Amino acid sequence: MDWQAVRLSLELAGLTTLLLLALGLPIAHWLAFSRFRLKFLVEAVVALPIVLPPTVLGFYLLLAAGPRSPLGRLWERVLGHPLPFSFEGLLLASVLYSLPFAVQPFAAAFASVDRSLIEASECLGASRLSTFLRVILPLSWAGVLAGMVLSFAHTLGEFGVVLMVGGNLPGVTRTASIAVYDEVQAMNYEAAGRTALFLLVASFLLLAVTYGLRSRQKRPWTLS
Amino acid sequence: MDPVLSCDVLLRYVGGPQISAAFEVPASGFSVTVLFGPSGSGKTTLLRCLAGLERPEGSIRWGAEVWLDSAQALFVPPRRRQLGFVAQDSALFPHLNVLGNVVYGLQRMARVERQERGLELLAWLGLQELADRLPAEISGGQRQRVALARALAPRPRLLLLDEPLSALDGPARLRLRQDLRRTLRELALPSVLVTHDRSEAIQLGDRIVVLDGGQVKQVDSVRRVFDRPADPEVARIVGMETVAAGPVVEVAGGLATVALGSARILAPAPEGLGAEAFVCIRAEDVILEREEGAPTTARNRLAGRVIALHPEGAMIRVGLDCGFPLESLITRRACQELALAPGVAIIALIKANAIHLIPRG
Repeated sequence: MDWQAVRLSLELAGLTTLLLLALGLPIAHWLAFSRFRLKFLVEAVVALPIVLPPTVLGFYLLLAAGPRSPLGRLWERVLGHPLPFSFEGLLLASVLYSLPFAVQPFAAAFASVDRSLIEASECLGASRLSTFLRVILPLSWAGVLAGMVLSFAHTLGEFGVVLMVGGNLPGVTRTASIAVYDEVQAMNYEAAGRTALFLLVASFLLLAVTYGLRSRQKRPWTLS
Repeated sequence: MDPVLSCDVLLRYVGGPQISAAFEVPASGFSVTVLFGPSGSGKTTLLRCLAGLERPEGSIRWGAEVWLDSAQALFVPPRRRQLGFVAQDSALFPHLNVLGNVVYGLQRMARVERQERGLELLAWLGLQELADRLPAEISGGQRQRVALARALAPRPRLLLLDEPLSALDGPARLRLRQDLRRTLRELALPSVLVTHDRSEAIQLGDRIVVLDGGQVKQVDSVRRVFDRPADPEVARIVGMETVAAGPVVEVAGGLATVALGSARILAPAPEGLGAEAFVCIRAEDVILEREEGAPTTARNRLAGRVIALHPEGAMIRVGLDCGFPLESLITRRACQELALAPGVAIIALIKANAIHLIPRG
C-alpha cells in the first residue's frame, strides 16, 4: 500500500473537514433560519458540487487561481508559490467540492430543532450565538457529526478535482485515489488492490457511522 | 400616570386573514390581561407580537420605550425586551435538567448566585425535588411550572403566557389554574395570558381583550365583558350564560352560598373556593313560574321581575332582575301561558347543580 498517498489523503480529508466545520456551520445556520426570499438560489449554489463534473469545478478553480487572475497573484504573493498543483490548492478545491456534504446535513439538523425552543432561548435574553451554542448545537449534534463524517469520506474519495487542481506530485498532491489509478496504469494490480481495499473499508465504516447516527438524531446529547 | 404597554399592530398574510388590534396593558403592579377568543381569532399571534417573535406593522411601546415602530423601521428583538414567555407546550430544553432550564436566562450572573436563584425559584413553586430530572421525566403540570420558573428567573418586567394550561388534563389543570393566579399576584407583575377557555379567563383575568377574526371586539374588566358584552358578537364569543360575581357567605356540606345583590345562590362548592366567586348560570337552566307553587327540588328560588323579552326563533330569551341580572330561555308557548311581559313579577327556579361556581382569589 502506498502509505505516503494514504497519509496525504487522511491529512487532506481531516483538514477539509475542519475547514468545512468552520465554514459550514454559519452557512447552514443561515440556510436553516433565514427568511431571505432568494435563499433558494444560495441553496442551489451550495448544492452545485453534487451534480457538477469535478473537471468543471477544477477548470474554474484553475482559471480563478491561475497566475493571470488577481486571486492567483494575491495567493502567490502571500504563500510564495502558485495555488494550482500545491497542497493548499488541493485543500481549497476539496472544501468547495465537499461543501454540500457538510452544509446539507448541518442545515437539515438545525432546521429539525423545535422552533419554540429557539424562541424560548431568545425570550430568555440569549444572543443568537448563545442560542446556537447552548440549544441548537446540543440538539443537532448527530447531524453535525454526520456532516463531518460525510465530508471526510467524500474528500477521501475525490479523484477528478484532485487530478485537475493538484496534479500528481508524490507527497504533495498524490492522494490514495490517484495512487490506485497510477498503480493500475502501471499494471501493478497488487499495490492497487491494497490501496483500493483500504479506501473501500474506510468509506464503508464512515458511511456506517453516518447512517448509524441518523437513527440517534432524535436523542439529544444530554448535559449534566 | 402608570406606564402602559400599548400595542397597535397590523399583520397581513398573503391571501389569508388579517390581524389588526389595538389595546393597552397596565405596565406596573399586578394585573392579568386575558386575550380571549375562539381559535383562529389571532390571540396567540398578538401575544407573539408583544414578545417580539412576530414583526408586525404598527407600534408597540412599553412606557417611554419603543419596542416596535414599523414606520421608523424600529424593532427591539425579544432578548432585549426583558419579558418572560411561557409557551403552550412549555418548550423546556430537553437536554438540560430542570435546574439547568430554570437558570438558562441567568448567564450574566455568577455561578453560585445563579444556582441559588434557581433553587429558590424551584422551592417557591414546590419543585425542588425535581432539580436533577430531565423534562421528559416529569409530568405535564410540572413542566408548565418549570417553564414558569424559567421565565421568572431573570426577573422579567412583563409575563406572557400562551395557553399555559391547555396541554394539561382535567384535575391537574384546575389545580394549576388556582395556583397560577396566586403566584401571579405574589409576583406583583403585569401579565398577558392567552386562552380560549371561558372559566380560565374568568378565574385568571382582571381585564379581557375579546378577539374575533383578528379584530379586538371589546376591552373591559372581566365582570363587564361577561355582564355587558359590547355587542351580540362578543356575547356569542363569551357565551350566553349569566356570569355574576359576589362574596361567598357560607360553605357547608359541599354547597356554597354566594350573595348576588339581594339574592342568595346555592351551588356545589368547587375546590379552592375563596372569599369571592363568579356564578355562572345558563339561561336554559332557569325555570320560571308566576306564583309560589308546590315545593320543588330546585334549591334556588329567586323572586324577581321581567325586564325584557327577546325572541330567538322558537325560543324567547327573558331578561330578569332578581337582585342581579339573570336570563332565562323559554319557549314561546310558555311565555304566552305565563303572560310574561316587562314588569311582571316571577319566580326563577334553578337547581343547585346547574350552577357553576368559579373561585376568584
